[in-house]
Amino acid sequence: MTEVLVVKNLYKKYGEHVALDGVSFSIEENGVVGLLGLNGAGKSTTMNIITGYLSQTSGDVFVGGHNTQSDAIEAKKLIGYLPEQLAFYNDMRIGEYLDFVCDIKGLTRDRKERKELIERTCGMVGIGGMKKRLIRNLSKGYRQRVGFAQALINDPRVLILDEPTVGLDPSQVLDIRKLISDMGRDRIVIISSHILSEVQTMADRIIVLNRGHLVADGSEDVLKEALGSNSHIAIRVQGDAAQVRAVLASTERIDSIIELPSREQGTCEFSLENRSGADIRADVFRALAAADLPLLFTYGREFSLEDAFLQIISESNKEVGA
Amino acid sequence: MRGIIRREFRAYFQSPLGYVFIAAFVFLTNYYYFTYNLYGNTTDFSSLFSMLFSVVLFLCPILTMRLMSEDKKNKTDQQLLTAPISLSAIVVGKYLAALSVYCIACCGVLIDAVITACCAGVEWSVILGNMAGLLLLGAALIAVCLFLSALTESQVIAAVSGFAASLFLLLIGSLADVVTAPWLKAAISYMSFNNRYQPFTCGIFDLAGVVFFLSLGVLFIIFSTLTLEKRRFS
Repeated sequence: MTEVLVVKNLYKKYGEHVALDGVSFSIEENGVVGLLGLNGAGKSTTMNIITGYLSQTSGDVFVGGHNTQSDAIEAKKLIGYLPEQLAFYNDMRIGEYLDFVCDIKGLTRDRKERKELIERTCGMVGIGGMKKRLIRNLSKGYRQRVGFAQALINDPRVLILDEPTVGLDPSQVLDIRKLISDMGRDRIVIISSHILSEVQTMADRIIVLNRGHLVADGSEDVLKEALGSNSHIAIRVQGDAAQVRAVLASTERIDSIIELPSREQGTCEFSLENRSGADIRADVFRALAAADLPLLFTYGREFSLEDAFLQIISESNKEVGA
Repeated sequence: MRGIIRREFRAYFQSPLGYVFIAAFVFLTNYYYFTYNLYGNTTDFSSLFSMLFSVVLFLCPILTMRLMSEDKKNKTDQQLLTAPISLSAIVVGKYLAALSVYCIACCGVLIDAVITACCAGVEWSVILGNMAGLLLLGAALIAVCLFLSALTESQVIAAVSGFAASLFLLLIGSLADVVTAPWLKAAISYMSFNNRYQPFTCGIFDLAGVVFFLSLGVLFIIFSTLTLEKRRFS
C-alpha cells in the first residue's frame, strides 16, 4: 500500500532546545491517528512541520509523495489544517472568509462551482445558512466549525487537527468527535489531544511522543498488551487497610499496591499489579486466607489508555535518565 | 495571490485606515494645489509634486503598518503559511493591495489637473511624468515600509520605524553636503530619494530614477519574503 504521509528522522531545534529528535513514522491507511504527549512533547511542532508552518532542522516529510520542503505547494494541496487556536480575519463574514480560503488554496474560480463548494462544506460542518454571519460574532463552537470548514474545503487527503475540542461545551465536543470519526472514513486524520478518553474514542492508531522522541506507535490494544495489562487486578477485603497492606506487601509477586477508595463499610480496596504479567489472584487469595482476612471481591482492573500512556512516558523518562 | 490582494484591499476599507489615508493625502494635495496653483495663479504643477514628496514619505508608513505585523500578532499568518501559496505571492499580494490604495489616493492630483485644464492649458506630458515619479516613489517606499512591518508584530513599532526610515530618506541627501570623501558623497547622492525624485518634478523622465525606485521596491519585497521564510525556521 502506498504511504500517504511519511515522516523521516525529523529533527527540530529551537535555539539550544531540541523539540524533536529523530521522529519517524508513516501512515498508509485512512483512519484517525492520535498524537499523544505531555506538554512540550513535540506534538504541535510535528504538526506544524507537516503543514509547512515551520521548517525542520533536518529530516524529511512527504505528503502523497511530495516533499514538504522542495515541493511544498503540491504537498500543501493535500493537507487540511486546523491549528489549536485558529486565528480568523474577524472583519470577514463566514462566506467571504471561505471564499478567501478557496482563493489561497487555489480552488475553482468558477462562481457557481465555488458557491456550491462553500455550501457543501458549510453543510458538512453544520454552519449551512450562516454564511452572512460576521466571524467576530460567532461562539467558540461555531468558530471551531468554521475552522473545520476551512480545513476541509479542499477535500484534503490528510487532515491535521490540533486539540480540536479545546474550549467546547460537552454537546459540541460530542458533535465534533462524531465529525472527526466520519472524516476518518475517507481520509487520514491526525489529531492531537490532551484528553486521552477522546483519543481512545476516535483513534485507530496512537503515536506517543515524549520529549521529542517517538516512544510508542500502535493501536490502543497493542499499546495495552505491550504493557502487560492482564496482570492488573483490584480486590475488596474485610478488615483493616494497614493490616491488609502489610500482608500484601509480604506477598512475593505483587509489584505495585495502590489503595483505592473504600465502597463498603469495614472493608478496604486495593489495586495490585505484577509487572511481568503473571496471574497473581491465587497468591493473593492464599496470603489473605492465611492472615484470616476475608477476600470479598476480586476483579480484573481495566487497563485504561491513561495507564498505558503514563507508563510509556514514565518508562521513556527512566530510559533518558530523567 | 488574487485572494490576498482582494482580502487586503477590502481590509483597508473595512477599517478607517484606507479612508483616513486617502482623505489625508487628498487634503494635503488640495492644500498645496490651492496654495501653489490656485493662489499662485499658475498651471505649473512642479511645486505641488515637490511638496508631495514629503507627504508621501510621511503617509506611506501609515498605509503599510498593519500589512504584515497584524498577521503576525493575530496569528492569521498561520493560515497563509500553511496554504498552497508561495511566500513571495503572499508578500506581493499584500504589496499590490497597498499600492492600489496609494494609486487611488494619487488620483486626487489628476482631478486637480483636470480642473485646471478646464480653465487653462496644462502640460499633460509633464503632469504624467510627475505622476509616474510619484507612483515610483510610493512603490519603493511601500516596499521599504512593508519590510519594516514584517519585522515586528506591533503596528505602532512598524509605523514609528517607517517614519524613522522616511525621515532618513528625506534627509540623506543633505548628508552629502557635509561628507568630504568623494566616493561616500557620490554614494549618498545616488541613494538620495530626493535627488532621484526631483528630475521628475522638473519634467524630466529620468530612467535612472525609474530603475532606482523599481529595483529598491523589488529588493525590499525580497527582504520581506526572506523575513517570512526566516520565521519558519525560528
